[in-house]
Amino acid sequence: MINDIVSWLGEAANRDDIIQRLGEHVGYALLATGIAALIAIPAGMWIGHTGRGRFAVVNISGFARAIPTLGLLYFIVLWLGPNLSGDLAFLLPSLIVLIVLAIPPMLAGTYAGIDEVDPAARDAARGMGMRGSQVLFKVEIPCALPLIFSGLRSALLQVVATATIAATAGLGGLGRFLIDGLSVRDYPQMAAGAVLVAALALAIDLVVAVIQRLVVSRGITGRHRTRRDRAAVRSTDDSLSTTTVTVGTVN
Amino acid sequence: MIRFESVTKEYPDGTIAVNELSLTAPTGKITVLVGPSGCGKTTSLRMINRMIEPTGGRILVDDRDTSTIDSAELRRGIGYVIQHAGLFPHRTIVANIATVPLLLGWDRAKATSRALELMERVGLPQSFAKRFPSQLSGGQQQRVGVARALAADPPVMLMDEPFSAVDPIVRDQLQEEFLRLQGEIGKTIVFVTHDIDEAIKLGDQVAVLRVGGTLAQLAAPEELLARPVDDFVADFVGRDRGYRTLGFRSAAFPTRAEPTIRLGADPSDARAATADPWVLVLDEQDHPLGWVERERLDGPVNREALHRGGTVAPTDGSLRQALDAALSAPSGRGVIVGPDGVFVGTVRARDLIEPIEASAGHQRVSTPEGVGVVSESKAD
Amino acid sequence: MDWFTSHLDDVWELLVTHAYLAGVPLLIGLLIALPLGWLARRFSWAYPPLIVGTGLLYTLPSLAVFILLPGILGTRILDPVNVLVAMTVYTVALLVRTVADGLGAIPDDVRLAANAMGYRPIRRLLGVELPLAVPVISAGLRVAAVSNVSIVSVAAIIGVAQLGSLFTDGFNRDFFPPIITGIVACGVLSLVFDIVIVVVTRLLTPWTRARTAS
Repeated sequence: MINDIVSWLGEAANRDDIIQRLGEHVGYALLATGIAALIAIPAGMWIGHTGRGRFAVVNISGFARAIPTLGLLYFIVLWLGPNLSGDLAFLLPSLIVLIVLAIPPMLAGTYAGIDEVDPAARDAARGMGMRGSQVLFKVEIPCALPLIFSGLRSALLQVVATATIAATAGLGGLGRFLIDGLSVRDYPQMAAGAVLVAALALAIDLVVAVIQRLVVSRGITGRHRTRRDRAAVRSTDDSLSTTTVTVGTVN
Repeated sequence: MIRFESVTKEYPDGTIAVNELSLTAPTGKITVLVGPSGCGKTTSLRMINRMIEPTGGRILVDDRDTSTIDSAELRRGIGYVIQHAGLFPHRTIVANIATVPLLLGWDRAKATSRALELMERVGLPQSFAKRFPSQLSGGQQQRVGVARALAADPPVMLMDEPFSAVDPIVRDQLQEEFLRLQGEIGKTIVFVTHDIDEAIKLGDQVAVLRVGGTLAQLAAPEELLARPVDDFVADFVGRDRGYRTLGFRSAAFPTRAEPTIRLGADPSDARAATADPWVLVLDEQDHPLGWVERERLDGPVNREALHRGGTVAPTDGSLRQALDAALSAPSGRGVIVGPDGVFVGTVRARDLIEPIEASAGHQRVSTPEGVGVVSESKAD
Repeated sequence: MDWFTSHLDDVWELLVTHAYLAGVPLLIGLLIALPLGWLARRFSWAYPPLIVGTGLLYTLPSLAVFILLPGILGTRILDPVNVLVAMTVYTVALLVRTVADGLGAIPDDVRLAANAMGYRPIRRLLGVELPLAVPVISAGLRVAAVSNVSIVSVAAIIGVAQLGSLFTDGFNRDFFPPIITGIVACGVLSLVFDIVIVVVTRLLTPWTRARTAS
């Protein structure tokens, strides 16, 4: 199998195709996640900061998880597709699904991140004379970054995975290799496509993880600690990451 | 100076947290608000910097009605220290301390040098400057909290149970340092605690609040111990208050000469010095080291032979310290030292009874009016 | 509704298969995650590789895994074993961290008290620590259950029959009823899994009920 994959990937004829599909896939992921972030992150910040609407967040993210991605994709494509013409008929419905799926993890992550900011830090910020927006931007958002990032990472992975599936509904991207290969029983092409998708998912997650490491204060990640205190504080660190699990599930 | 004028806080559901509270926290003094939970002490404190808005009456800070000042501006001019410090976990210690100066628009270099200066002031090593709050112990974090509140040099400080979350030994140390610091900076401080001992230790005046947010008594600590206005205050102040009052009283008392020996003296020297079973040992500078039991000496007096149970009282200390020295000494003779720590003489418990009675009598005579009158006149 | 009533038997069969493909991996995954989670908690050197490793597995898109597994396992592409293995991998990926955190959240004094009463490590793990970690583990299992139900349906694309087949069928025929039926059936299945997990958790942790009742 490995030989098949390697030789398929190495074929000069496939190279341009791979680059094009990779570019499409990355493009969908960034576009959908970007638009979703513009909606979800400010909304999550507002809900976390004001405390209003938290009931809605918990329910939206819980409900969204229970809807099977494939069913949602086909439903929306069938529903919207006939009303659109040309390439848009293939692109837009899938893109909408990607955006819809990317919103809950980022909304929940941002909300939970802001909501979990130490009340004492928030109280101190107000008590020292910070205005509402200063409390949000100088204290709440920096403290919420780890969870905002894990929401973003969940959303990106969800989008990369769903964009692959959306190839069955006519979307471009790396999913084409899997689906086209499947229809003509070309296993090397399918497997190579699967490897490319998996590699892309890992690479995107890695890039965001690196950005997260650069952006999030060491005071929050606890990376300054010596090995010995790390064991002692691990339970606090992990209580944060437990939330990341509930923030979103992928695939 | 902070003045509460008939301040009331009533919540929409009808709960009254603070009811017609009137009191003055004088400039440069520590006013402690103390009471059981639900007495509105924290609410009262938080109304000063408008973290909570009063529903009736007004609060004046240095004769300015706080409701006429923009709340954020008001808070930047008032230091604020809370129970769990509330440090910003994403910022270094020095950045935490520089928060208010930067909000006020100081340039970064000036804010940083001010922050470093304050770290020294509250007893934090400069090496902590670039650390994060999570690298500090609870007591150290609380010092940072105090430094942060002092950063812009506000004339007024609000402290809400700042020392409650640390262990008793650290708390004691923080309290002592806080008093020393206040001696240097002389801020107008309102301090909230549920711990009456802390209130008595720290307060220049103590306001005891009762559930429902009314003022039960406002008095200096010694007066609160000596003359609680009613059963509620008496209960709250607690047991042993007669004895604890001695902590605020000092009076002249007679000391007796005491035969002493030096470290390294022979048992024969000890026997020659006195017929008493216990002999006091001094060091070369005449500082008392402890008592030895004459009969038990089987060689030169060394540190292992010293009985260290007794406390030492200074001549200018309280009667409580002197009495404790007498009661805790194995010989029954309390060790008294001068301001420089040099041994002066000893005192027996029985010699202290008369000064104690005299000091109590003196206070009784000096304020013949009823105790209620005292607190009312203070609570204007 | 007409379509649904006339295809009741087919839908039921697909639902049972779906429940099997999503449910069995939950149990196997839990059994694998328990010792791995314990390992991550017990030996601090094991924590980073286990957590990072399982985290990486979780980033793999499901369709890619369904396609690559036959090549790795030597199975046929339509073999349901591929789906079972893939779902088990995802379950383990999600639960190792949960188990480690659940065991880590046990108060030290409980552990010390158990030691003081003479529990040996294994007995302490089974008799004290594991029961106390049940609520946390159960929360992770609920997330895994819902996620599994959704992911299994993707396997319809490669031709493994279960509720996801209703989506591909409806999509190919431009026909809504099977898609809606499939979405609802997946929702119902998720709900049933959730209820089962909650009930079992309650039975295993009578002390949490006593607390809420008083």
